[in-house]
Amino acid sequence: MEGKKMKNVKKKIAMYWGAGCGGCDVSLLGIHEKLLDLLDEIEIVFWPCAMDIKYEDLEKMEDKSIDIAFYNGAIRTEENEEIAKLLRKKAKLMVAYGSCAIEGCVIGLANLYNKKEIFEAVYLKNETTKEKILPSRDLPEFLPYLKTLDQVVKVDAFIPGCPPPKPVLEEALDALLQGKTKFGKEVALCEECPRKDTKPEKIEISKFYRWHEKEDNGECFLAQGIICMGPATRAGCKGECISANIPCTGCMGALPRVRDQGAAMLSAIASLLDVEDEKEDEVIDSIKDIIGTFYKYSTAKLLPRGGMKDES
Amino acid sequence: MKEDFEPKIVAFLCNWCAYAGADMAGTSRLKYPANVVPIKVMCSGRVDPEFILNAFEKGADGVFIGGCHPGDCHYVNGNLRTRRRVKMMKKLLEQMGVNPKRLRLEWISATEGAKFARVIKEFVEEIKELGPSPWRERR
Repeated sequence: MEGKKMKNVKKKIAMYWGAGCGGCDVSLLGIHEKLLDLLDEIEIVFWPCAMDIKYEDLEKMEDKSIDIAFYNGAIRTEENEEIAKLLRKKAKLMVAYGSCAIEGCVIGLANLYNKKEIFEAVYLKNETTKEKILPSRDLPEFLPYLKTLDQVVKVDAFIPGCPPPKPVLEEALDALLQGKTKFGKEVALCEECPRKDTKPEKIEISKFYRWHEKEDNGECFLAQGIICMGPATRAGCKGECISANIPCTGCMGALPRVRDQGAAMLSAIASLLDVEDEKEDEVIDSIKDIIGTFYKYSTAKLLPRGGMKDES
Repeated sequence: MKEDFEPKIVAFLCNWCAYAGADMAGTSRLKYPANVVPIKVMCSGRVDPEFILNAFEKGADGVFIGGCHPGDCHYVNGNLRTRRRVKMMKKLLEQMGVNPKRLRLEWISATEGAKFARVIKEFVEEIKELGPSPWRERR
């Protein structure tokens, strides 16, 4: 509304890097020239990765003075959590940017273990670590389990992807700058897959292959027996990975009306199996890592949250 | 402690066989533990893996799925899909640190009231042995 009255008022934008690889920060630059157009419309007020600004400066800003706050990365430390809450207070729209913020992403897989196990694996038992030192001083507390942004604060919009691919990001930014919080495709990746035409009428899988175990014949990965998350993954990326001959691993997350992407895909795979009864166990056992395959990006949405132990 | 523990069990029963089997157990006045919350589904194939996880999340200590015997499915092969899903779900549960015994699939025909009563009794005993679901403390 205000925008109409005062045409030259730029939208105030914040971007924060939580627990993540930093790819999301870079992905914003991945929209190339469009970024220049964008800079006419926005003013970046907080982006620790790209500008010199301190948390105190953010604290001093007035509540709701930031138009859109993008939060990338998950919440793994007390610091992440504190800034998420602070940004929520300062921003009108809180946007979960990228897979980590939305569903925990690859680092969410650590939720299968507790803090002690993680620290041991990283700092003590890691072969390449020579000095076995556990970090202890002056660091923000490591939370018992990794949280997604919406487990900590109210989130208004989600930009999926690991990191958000260019077409997804462009659409999302356009929508958000117009105040829209709903955007993105509502179909599965298969709909826009570059290998769509090679998908047979009925897919039947009698044996699973890992990527390196089979020479790719350029056809639908599932038809070749290679697990591709396409059917359970939201479209929008135009199948970038598949164009590079790599099956989809599902970073775009579940379709809008699906709650659990992993369960949906697991269900689909079970339906596509075409094996004799005696071989069924063997074929299913050949999927070695069920969570890593079907929940690569959404383990944080599952319940182990710091590892579960079922006694006896 | 485990003596007092009364597990909560969600049972998905297919309309054509297992639910009728449960009915048969009732009309035959067969006793089985009251720990079971039956949910009728048209086919065991309707039981999405998400339902199973959801049941555990909502506090179930065990999930039971009853379907028609292989070859008897009202919808030809719904129960076979369930069998594969359950096998995969057991692997998923194991990886999550949950005892896969908490998920059980049984074939129960409409006449097998006695079998229904027996497997439910067995399952309740088994879950009592295992104790409360680790999910309970995570909620």
